Amino acid sequence: MKDNTNAENAVSTNTVKIAARDVQVYYGDNHAIKDVNVDIEDKTVTAFIGPSGCGKSTFLRCINRMNDTIDVCRVQGDIRIDGEDIYDRAVDPVQLRAKVGMVFQKPNPFPKSIYDNVAYGPRIHGLARNKAELDEIVESALRRGAIWNEVKDRLNAPGTGLSGGQQQRLCIARAVATEPEVLLMDEPCSALDPIATAQVEELIDELRQNYSVVIVTHSMQQAARVSQKTAFFHLGNLVEFGETDKIFTAPEDERTESYITGRIG
Amino acid sequence: MTELFNSISTPVLILAVLALAVLGYLTIRARAIASGGGDARVLHSLPSYYGYNAAMFIAVPALLVLALWLLIQPMLVQNAVIDTLPAESIAEGASVNLLMSDVRRVADGLETLVAQGVMTTRETLTLDTKTTDLRAVLADVGVAVGAQIEAPVLAAAQKYRNLSTTADAWRTAIVLVLALGGFALAFRMTAPSFRARNAVEAGIKAVLIIAASLAILTTVGIVLSMLFESINFFRLHDWRDFFLGSSWAPNFRGDSNLSILPLLWGTLYISFIALLVAVPIGLFAAIYLSEYAGPKVRAVAKPLLEILAGIPTIVYGLFALLTVGPFLVSVFGRGDNGMLGVDWMSGATSVLTAGLVMGIMLIPFVSSLSDDIINAVPQSMRDGSFGLGATHSETVRQVILPAALPGIVGAILLAASRAIGETMIVVLGAGAIARISGNPFEAMTTITTRIVSQLTGDTDFASPETLVAFALGLTLFVLTLGLNVLALYIVRKYREQYE
Repeated sequence: MKDNTNAENAVSTNTVKIAARDVQVYYGDNHAIKDVNVDIEDKTVTAFIGPSGCGKSTFLRCINRMNDTIDVCRVQGDIRIDGEDIYDRAVDPVQLRAKVGMVFQKPNPFPKSIYDNVAYGPRIHGLARNKAELDEIVESALRRGAIWNEVKDRLNAPGTGLSGGQQQRLCIARAVATEPEVLLMDEPCSALDPIATAQVEELIDELRQNYSVVIVTHSMQQAARVSQKTAFFHLGNLVEFGETDKIFTAPEDERTESYITGRIG
Repeated sequence: MTELFNSISTPVLILAVLALAVLGYLTIRARAIASGGGDARVLHSLPSYYGYNAAMFIAVPALLVLALWLLIQPMLVQNAVIDTLPAESIAEGASVNLLMSDVRRVADGLETLVAQGVMTTRETLTLDTKTTDLRAVLADVGVAVGAQIEAPVLAAAQKYRNLSTTADAWRTAIVLVLALGGFALAFRMTAPSFRARNAVEAGIKAVLIIAASLAILTTVGIVLSMLFESINFFRLHDWRDFFLGSSWAPNFRGDSNLSILPLLWGTLYISFIALLVAVPIGLFAAIYLSEYAGPKVRAVAKPLLEILAGIPTIVYGLFALLTVGPFLVSVFGRGDNGMLGVDWMSGATSVLTAGLVMGIMLIPFVSSLSDDIINAVPQSMRDGSFGLGATHSETVRQVILPAALPGIVGAILLAASRAIGETMIVVLGAGAIARISGNPFEAMTTITTRIVSQLTGDTDFASPETLVAFALGLTLFVLTLGLNVLALYIVRKYREQYE
């Protein structure tokens, strides 16, 4: 199931990118996330697995403060990126989200051209000084999204006209275009067919060269294929966190074992 | 026999048919159960479906024929009677219609005489204007007739009453026969294998189709009636003057200037100012309500905004005339006594007055429709934009509004067609002077106000000054219809952009 052993060796030398301490999340009266402590490393793919409703997506959305847009949601505890508390008053969530990109479950290209979709982030953050630079940013983002060859001749075509897999890779390119440090992916392949999934997974593995990638997935095979670290969530608790190989071959907690062998979930 | 059928009045007839339908329901239902040997499970349909089917067979054809007959009979009878009226009795200056109303009145009087037992039917047929003072006789039973009754009128009235009575009798007979025939048919059809459920289904479908086509036919009827009167108008007035002339000056001695252009200009100018007010305010209100307002604010503010849409337009007209107009005069008029010290505006009625108030009226149209459209933009669009580090207003401006634009354009076009067709606000707020001018402080007039003024008061439906109203109305109709079609086309074309 796992073939990138070289990458695995590199993992131990990486520094901690995201550190979460005693994170609690409430939706109104519902205590959705309980006492989550986790250290997510740089240049690593970390997978969050667990049954539906276990809080893995909620925790993911805490990392770029997307939960701020939900009125009833409250977050307590400490999440630090590069040692900086992202829930500090001084931190602007809008700036934070430029640094922590996100790819969603369903491909959500804007109803604009492919070019404008990718240029959206660089434009609002003023990353390009002129049109030529913007063109360069767009091209390199589309290349990193592994979709450049398919769309280079129709950059002005609407992004909504692409196939599902292409749309999702466009969304990844769009997220990459703002030069984020962390890339959050919320079940990025759940709406895709196996071929598109394979393409996106390959892409995730390449993205690891530059970013810390956190991926929520329902597919344990996918977690095993793409990630170096895996966190298992159950009923709002982080049950177990460790090397992906270890989680899938010798889990310490019996709930983890039950889940990965298919007895619960 | 005729006497017997005539003793049944129309309401009684309707009740009889309905009673027969109820009876049919009960009988056939019982028969259906009996035909299944007391076991409803062997029947194709539930027993009540057999009953409903019977009631339908009894009541629907009978009542339909009754309704049509009631509509058509007076026309046929009248046509038959008009032919018998001698030409000289019409030539006295009165129209045929006036004479016919006399005839109908006398016929009604004769009917009353018979009903009250003053005369028998046979006696009314032998009446003679020379021997009987019919006017006095009728006055005794409470029927007032205007003038002395002439012999031809009496003869016509007698014929009218005769024809009506015969037709009434036939009508009652045929309606009853249809009802009973329906009963018999339903009775024969009742067997376990008869698919009563499907028959009732077809009946219900027919009712729905009739309801839908009535709405459409009414529209067609309205257009046709406008069209025929407009054709009459263009027979009397040159179409080139109507569409291309530049002056509106109706003159009841004839030879009027009846050109639509000054009115069209006023209409479009006022509508333009109204949209200038309504579109930004309505759109921004919609953006605030759908994007920024919390659920509590939204729950209060949205109904409050929509109250604006419920205010009768005449109230807006009063607001224009009594509040906005004088306020505008105090700002832009009165020379040195005014707020700005200018003398641009002399009267309260002006393009600006009507436009501003109409704009206020249109705010809820724009905001309510735009609000729905903005809400229909999927949340994933917002998430995607926020996830890239966009602020809320950047998201609204660059993602949500472009996505919602077709719908918003549709909303604006619908508001525009409301503005063009609006009447009461412009009647009270815009003034009555037809002119083509760019000055918004001047009074101007619109197509709708001119239609009102051409058709109120004593009207003669043979003069171009009156008939022009229909040509104006038709033009207005084509204009708003075009806008609506365009709006619907745009909305529909882009609606399915997101599943």
